[in-house]
Amino acid sequence: MGQIELKQVTKSFGDVQVIPPLDLTIHDGEFTVFVGPSGCGKSTLLRLIAGLEDITTGHIEIDGKDATALVPAKRGLAMVFQSYALYPHMSVRKNIAFPLRMAKMDSAEIDKRVNAAASVLNLTDYLDRRPGQLSGGQRQRVAIGRAIVREPAAFLFDEPLSNLDAALRVGMRLEISELHKRLETTMVYVTHDQVEAMTMADKIVVLQAGVIEQVGTPLELYRAPRNTFVAGFIGSPRMNLIEGPEAAKHDAATIGVRPEHIDVVESGGQWQGTVGVAEHLGSDTFFHIHNTGLAETLTVRAIGDVSLQHGDTIHLNPRADEIHRFDAQGLRIAK
Amino acid sequence: MARAVTTNRKIITTAVAWTIALILFFPIFWTILTSFKTEAQAINDPPLFFNFDWTLENYAVVQERSDYMKFLWNSIIIAGGSTILGILIAIPAAWSMAFVPSVRTKDILLWMLSTKMLPAVGVLYPISLIFVEFNLLDTRLGLIVVLMLINLPIIVWMLYTYFREIPGEILEAARMDGATLRDEILYVLTPMAVPGIASTLLLNFILAWNEAFWTLNLTAANAAPLTAFIASYSSPEGLFFAKLSAASTMAIAPILILGWFSQKQLVRGLTFGAVK
Amino acid sequence: MATKASRSAARVMMAPAVVLLLGWMLVPLIMTLWFSFTKYLPLRGDSIERGLDWVGFSNYSRFISSNAFWPSVQTTLIMVGGVLLITVVLGVLLAMLLDQPLWGQGVVRILVIAPFFVMPTVSALVWKNMLMDPVNGIFSHLWRFFGAEPVAWLQDASLTSIIMIASWQWLPFATLILLTAIQSLDSEQLEAAEMDGAPALKRFWFIVLPHLGRAITIVILIQTIFLLSIFAEIFVTTGGAFGTRTLTYLIFQRVIDSQNIGLGSAGGVYAIILANIVAIFLMRIVGKNLDA
Repeated sequence: MGQIELKQVTKSFGDVQVIPPLDLTIHDGEFTVFVGPSGCGKSTLLRLIAGLEDITTGHIEIDGKDATALVPAKRGLAMVFQSYALYPHMSVRKNIAFPLRMAKMDSAEIDKRVNAAASVLNLTDYLDRRPGQLSGGQRQRVAIGRAIVREPAAFLFDEPLSNLDAALRVGMRLEISELHKRLETTMVYVTHDQVEAMTMADKIVVLQAGVIEQVGTPLELYRAPRNTFVAGFIGSPRMNLIEGPEAAKHDAATIGVRPEHIDVVESGGQWQGTVGVAEHLGSDTFFHIHNTGLAETLTVRAIGDVSLQHGDTIHLNPRADEIHRFDAQGLRIAK
Repeated sequence: MARAVTTNRKIITTAVAWTIALILFFPIFWTILTSFKTEAQAINDPPLFFNFDWTLENYAVVQERSDYMKFLWNSIIIAGGSTILGILIAIPAAWSMAFVPSVRTKDILLWMLSTKMLPAVGVLYPISLIFVEFNLLDTRLGLIVVLMLINLPIIVWMLYTYFREIPGEILEAARMDGATLRDEILYVLTPMAVPGIASTLLLNFILAWNEAFWTLNLTAANAAPLTAFIASYSSPEGLFFAKLSAASTMAIAPILILGWFSQKQLVRGLTFGAVK
Repeated sequence: MATKASRSAARVMMAPAVVLLLGWMLVPLIMTLWFSFTKYLPLRGDSIERGLDWVGFSNYSRFISSNAFWPSVQTTLIMVGGVLLITVVLGVLLAMLLDQPLWGQGVVRILVIAPFFVMPTVSALVWKNMLMDPVNGIFSHLWRFFGAEPVAWLQDASLTSIIMIASWQWLPFATLILLTAIQSLDSEQLEAAEMDGAPALKRFWFIVLPHLGRAITIVILIQTIFLLSIFAEIFVTTGGAFGTRTLTYLIFQRVIDSQNIGLGSAGGVYAIILANIVAIFLMRIVGKNLDA
């Protein structure tokens, strides 16, 4: 079991309220990702759930029991930190065994669980090393190992991949996803990287300034962003947001079109501009287009290699059924 | 990037540095050397460097005149006891300041340090009265308590600076792993801070060993440590250079040997943790 | 940031240290204050049990008007200032020297640090006899070797001698702290300055010295704490004679030698005030430098 409920939770540091009243339910077994720009309160929210910070008002319930006043150790949650927070003076084995030792488990059981975790995480050969002798990816796995041996109600991840290089990050992303599939335990994962959010999450919580902007599955957020903030935050490259007369044509204050929903045509497109930078990736080409009269820069993704260069004129057609409309408050207007 | 240095320059630097180092070390060297001379050789003109008859006679005389072992034992108990007691009290305090800082943390730290500025002599008489009242005069326990108190601010300060280098996330991880506060300090913080604690221990042991106000004024025959042992040689009794040297060597040798073996921690400790 | 639980734990764990130091500070301080307003001469039969005569501020005015008071303040300041000046200046130079590549760095460092580990009574005795003795001391041999008249150091240049002894004890400390600070200086900064055309002296003045600011502050702070209460060095060398009577020593004489507790306590209060003036001044600087 691992259902976490936040009820009217707020957090203030002194006079500054970083989290205004917030309600959220994380269901058992769900992989929930908190995503948002840095300083949006996502890590604070995770630390509130962990019990490393007190909530100012409101309640936190874990599996239906009030956990608001419980110390971290009593909440039955495990956490993987950004810096991994391994104990440098202990071997990998002792690191992974530490939570079990704290729980006063008998040593035969500890050995069994540590060995099982190590074999799942490919750490068996490293059990007697110190964290200092491991690579970044291995340290990450030790941190995860330390979390899984306890069989917690839920895992909390605080930007666990941000210290890894790009290649390793993709690999670890898959490993964590697979781990979730196998354990079917609730996971709460904080990241500022929307690609991680999109690829891993069952449910994404988009936060800005402590406020939940939208909660939904990755595709819900992609297809129907609730406001311009979510529209701009989810999706890569970013959605083009266009204001002014062009938006007015669609009865909206702002319209949004994703780069992949604009087609490049030979001539006579609805929109045109000059190519500023063309990024040729082979499979796709990204154009950053100026002088469209719509927005300062328009980003367009074309499939395959389209041979337009800097300074060329480009003709574009947005797909009419993929245009998102927002009102003056930035809220989505239903179709 | 360090750049290549010409050999010439290195030779000059080496020569200058060694000259200065030897001059600074000379008083200690000369004392040790003189302790192996006879009294007559000790005041020979010109001074004798190595061309004399080495003798251990002075050490025997000093040991006979004043029971060295008793003073040494007192020094060890007093310096060791006060340092360990101080560390035990300081570790929790330093944990609080380093990991649960509040707006007042810095003020408390500075206030603690400022208690060291209180001139000892200003409170000598009251302390003596209290010592008489509690039968602590000329006891090792009394000195352990006093030296612990005068070094406590430095111990707290040093541990605080060392603890601050330890990432708070690791302690939070321990808390998540189910560690109680006691477990957290015992199994995670203390082992991680071993180098810093060792430096603190060593430096304060030496400060306590060398403390020469309270140890001179609050002891007589029973609890007197080596500072008092050597002070008893301050009034000359005829020709006594060699014996003074022997006594001095005996007083400083334990610390010099300790320093030699724990150079790294000492160098770290001598900066009081204040400079990295 | 932390939770309420850890904050209250922190308060509890800080309590022993704070309470002990508070007691250590307040109890004797209050007793000293009390004695300073009374006539308290134990040798003439005064004692707390029989009650002490309240004499108001007369001990204070007597202490300050005694012709030993101002000279002792002056001696204290000259001694502390002199040692600080010598150790900081020589310390910076020595630290820069030891920062250069040289053979036997480890041994040199040990030799330089060694004086710090010599207990004050020993160094005072060694300097007084082995080095400064006007007949048999090394200095007198040296002076005679160059055809000069040996100096009776502790009589004719007594304060200078004490400053020399204390500087010898504290130079290692200053050097070591400053050396550690110099080693933490990013050499790219110096190289950038060199590329910008700054000559060595300017590089020292505008980059090295400001970088050492914090370390120098710490040297001054810690040394002042220890130097203000210097005792053994005077106790075993001059016994306070020949113009080496610091405030600390003057009070010591009043309390112990003359057994005039009231008068000595008044002196103690003056010493505490002096120390506090210095402390406030230092704490300001340190407080500012602490966060850096």
